[in-house]
Amino acid sequence: MNKLVNKTLIAAAVSTAFMAGAAQAEDITVVSWGGAYTTSQVEAYHKPWMAKTGNTIVSEDYSGGLAEVKAQVEAGNVTWNLVDVELSDAVRGCDEGILEVIDSSGLPNGADGSSAEDDFLPGTVTECAVGNIVWSTIVAYDTSKVQGVNTMADFFDLDKFPGKRGLRKGPKPNLEMALMADGVPAGDVYDLLNTEAGVDRAFAKLDSIRDSVVWWEAGAQPPQLLADGEVLMTTAYNGRIFNAVAAEGKPFDIMWDGQVWDLDLWVIPKGAGNMEATMDFIKFSTSTQALADQASWISYGPVRKSSAALVGSYHNQPELDMAPHMPTAPANFGNALQNDFEFWADNQDQLNERFNAWLTK
Amino acid sequence: MSTADLTLTQDGIPLKEKLAKTTALQRRRAFLLTLPLVLFLIISFVIPIGQMLFSSVHNDKVSAVVPNFADAILQWDGQGLPSEETFEIFVKDLAAAKKVREVGRTVGNMATRINYEKPGSRSLFTSTARKAGKIKEGPYKEALIKINKKWADPSIWLTLQRAAHDITPAFYIAALDLKYADDGSVIKADELYQIYLDNLMKTLGVSALITFICVLLAYPVAYLLSVLPLRQSNLLMIMVLLPFWTSLLVRTTAWIAILQTEGVINDMLVFLGFISDDGRIQMIYNQTGTIIAMVHILLPFMILPLYSVMKTIPPSYMRAALSMGAKPLYAYRKVYLPQTLPGLAAGTLLVFILAIGYYITPALVGGEDGLLISNLIAYHIQKSLNWSLGAALGTLLLAVVLILYWLYNKLIGIDKLRFG
Amino acid sequence: MNKFIQQKGKAIIYLLIAAVLVTFLTGTIKAAVGFLLVFGVPLYFMSKMPEYATTGERFTRYMFLVISSSILVFLITPVIIIIPLSFNAEPYFTFTDGMLNLDPDAFSMRWYMDILHNGMAAPQAVEGWWKDMWENAQWIRAARNSFFIATISTVIATSVGTLAALGLSRPEMPYRALITSLLISPMIVPLVITATGMFFFYSDIGLAKTYWGVILAHVTLGVPFVIITVTATLSGFDMSLVRAAQNMGANGWTTFRRIIMPLILPGMISGALFAFITSLDEVVAVLFIADVDQRTIPRQMFSGIREQISPTILSVASILVLISIILLTVLELLRRRSERLRGMSPG
Repeated sequence: MNKLVNKTLIAAAVSTAFMAGAAQAEDITVVSWGGAYTTSQVEAYHKPWMAKTGNTIVSEDYSGGLAEVKAQVEAGNVTWNLVDVELSDAVRGCDEGILEVIDSSGLPNGADGSSAEDDFLPGTVTECAVGNIVWSTIVAYDTSKVQGVNTMADFFDLDKFPGKRGLRKGPKPNLEMALMADGVPAGDVYDLLNTEAGVDRAFAKLDSIRDSVVWWEAGAQPPQLLADGEVLMTTAYNGRIFNAVAAEGKPFDIMWDGQVWDLDLWVIPKGAGNMEATMDFIKFSTSTQALADQASWISYGPVRKSSAALVGSYHNQPELDMAPHMPTAPANFGNALQNDFEFWADNQDQLNERFNAWLTK
Repeated sequence: MSTADLTLTQDGIPLKEKLAKTTALQRRRAFLLTLPLVLFLIISFVIPIGQMLFSSVHNDKVSAVVPNFADAILQWDGQGLPSEETFEIFVKDLAAAKKVREVGRTVGNMATRINYEKPGSRSLFTSTARKAGKIKEGPYKEALIKINKKWADPSIWLTLQRAAHDITPAFYIAALDLKYADDGSVIKADELYQIYLDNLMKTLGVSALITFICVLLAYPVAYLLSVLPLRQSNLLMIMVLLPFWTSLLVRTTAWIAILQTEGVINDMLVFLGFISDDGRIQMIYNQTGTIIAMVHILLPFMILPLYSVMKTIPPSYMRAALSMGAKPLYAYRKVYLPQTLPGLAAGTLLVFILAIGYYITPALVGGEDGLLISNLIAYHIQKSLNWSLGAALGTLLLAVVLILYWLYNKLIGIDKLRFG
Repeated sequence: MNKFIQQKGKAIIYLLIAAVLVTFLTGTIKAAVGFLLVFGVPLYFMSKMPEYATTGERFTRYMFLVISSSILVFLITPVIIIIPLSFNAEPYFTFTDGMLNLDPDAFSMRWYMDILHNGMAAPQAVEGWWKDMWENAQWIRAARNSFFIATISTVIATSVGTLAALGLSRPEMPYRALITSLLISPMIVPLVITATGMFFFYSDIGLAKTYWGVILAHVTLGVPFVIITVTATLSGFDMSLVRAAQNMGANGWTTFRRIIMPLILPGMISGALFAFITSLDEVVAVLFIADVDQRTIPRQMFSGIREQISPTILSVASILVLISIILLTVLELLRRRSERLRGMSPG
């Protein structure tokens, strides 16, 4: 029933927008990471909001980073209204003045009555950004080809599990995972990485599997690599793997040991227009219900505590419960490491250089 | 005075003068015909590249963020630590900058700039800026060092002094795999961080290899097409033009599908029994994949000029040489080959230069050891946001290409190219 | 068939012996079959050589044909192979087992439908479907952009380029080498540098993320082709025709319009074609300069490979390949027809 109502509302909204010549409706461009993740946002945020307000959203994909935002801001020609970014980009962009300051006092209370300040997980609302999801980089493998992958050390063990590995191209979060595979407890990883010896150790561990690595860059690639049989195991964004399992029936499984989790947040490029509509969308999409809805499309955790109670099952498979698939589910959170954005803000450039040099040798 | 000087034209003007005037007029006319395009290219091409050159040496992130301090630090003699006065100016400027939110003038911008040369110092700046407003009175040096011990290290002040210059060679230094030592001298960068020169050499090497393979492959095909009767050669030409017209991305994707470990070629080799199922060859996401895909994409650029030149070579020359007793190989070398040289020259130049600048194919199939210099440039433009470094690398690449082009011109002459 | 065996009898025997050897070496019949295909087909196409040709010459010609045909196959296979891949029922770039077994369920038209549906607000609706598709479907919009940008860039590049070529080909042109180098330089300078420079500059002057920015970038990239082809055509041009025309009282424009242009038309068209294809296929500059509204087909494909991994691009590519094949075939038929009409044998 809801779907039919939604569809009618959408059709009505769309045709109204056409006929009104988009004069009253506001157009905002929302940019995200593409693939299954964007689909979850379109279903949970875009469509309901468009239906509610009559505005239109143009959805665009990108593969991360602040280059585009910086280019637009410096050119004075900002066409992106809202961008979904990683925490380190949100902080860096804010520092460099390319993001608008967001007044978080206007954020709505949680559905359980708690104030926004209390409801949002700590660190998810910053000067220029409002968080939406918790996501994680994990190890995924094809159960029809291999079994018994239990720890991060297994991922780096080519003797026990011969075959290719997929890794995100870049030092992040491969260095952390390498150290954890080498026996470093999650709590000590960043202390160790702050030392030259620690970085050397991480690179040495990566070296041990280097010849068997296939490097991926876009979030949609790891499921493709697994399906093609190009790799035996790969790191991936947990939601994309979940999507391959739920929507396409692939026999993949996730190993949660050594997961490196992070936040995604909404940011507004400096000088973007339609601020009112954009702020309204932020408030809508980070409300308790919207975040819980998003979780029914992809297994990324909502950043509001009040949403946890509302997380149900996969949108078209009522017997598939979403809660156990969240990065923050207790069963998955045993050996988890939060990405340290300050560390990466300081050392990203240098470690990227070293990584590129290591890669091309 | 010779009769020529006295010759007059119909309107009574000396012939010489009239001739000179007419020639000048014609020259101006010819030049005017090219003027629109020249102007257009200057605006849409020369200026952008010039600007890029400029941004590779120009970085005002320190002087724009902390202007008073920039002036002061430039006066410093580089010994020990700067004066108490300079420290005071620094603290005050930093506190003021903290409130600025204009792009290019924030503390974050300066922090990023210093971080390029002194990795790890970014958070030093941002955290100090937060606390700088609280220092209301001197002694400023002590107060600053109390906030963070790193401010007692002379090397950070030397870095600031260097960065206070708006025009800097720092990015070229980085592009050439060098770096500044703590005392300010220029030394070779750590072995672990040396990538650019190596990669440039690799790019040149791979491009030369690709060009060479293209010549080997294009020659027989172009020859075949030129000697077949037109009816058949045009049909076969479709096999050359079709890939040429097909989008580069599509061809690259097709190669991914073909060269994958579970792809067509490996499947076929296993089927034919040449390799076992576990011994599939890794032909993609590495340098091999890059080379194969790029040869495929650049081959038509070599075939077409060769074909158009070969088509104009009359077969009677070869027959004459053979009839005079030359062995086929000798006749080929002495008679046919030299005549194909213009086409060969055009083809090799085009293919080599295209190969050096190639970005898309290595990005999609190169894996990690298939990365070429243009990918590194694009990385700095699009990912690391170090636009100055990207521009510096781009300028170096441009210099290499221009030198090659000049050499080429000297050896072969650019007017001799024929593309058909 | 008999004649074929007669002419190539010896060669066929050699080939069969070699095939048997291959079978022994690799231990499979399949290898021998592959071997026979690769080396037998060129043999079929080899025309009769004159009586006095030596064995060495015959063998050389034969190997030459084998090599050339392999290279041509190398060229064409990737292009042809995308067509069956575009019918894959799964969203991946591989031949699934189902497809290899010719299982009808493994094939589907879903990616062709996606071309029309992707980006539409209500793909399943009946009313307003055409309007919706025309305005919103991403690929349709990309196609419109591509052709719009390519056409305008080609027109500008051809006209300005021909003008410049006319100037360059005059013997009295000053600084000819310098200006020629300048005009060809967009082709010489690596594309990533040009795109980067344009990106910075166009951002400053507000041309970035506009149609005109992309068009100007494509004109810059297409002009060298026009210059080269038109100057090549003009190098064989007989200047006395121009002088004769002027002698008979024609002014510059009339001379150009009625004497020069018809004769250099092949060169202009050739250059225009190169410029058109360059613009249609150009992705690097578009990546840097264009906004989502100005996305062209290659830009859409790029994101289809990187961010979405959608075989829709294979469907688009198959359609483009089909159009190219039809175009080339039609051109060839027209050419043969015009030669027939002119009474010349096609050779």
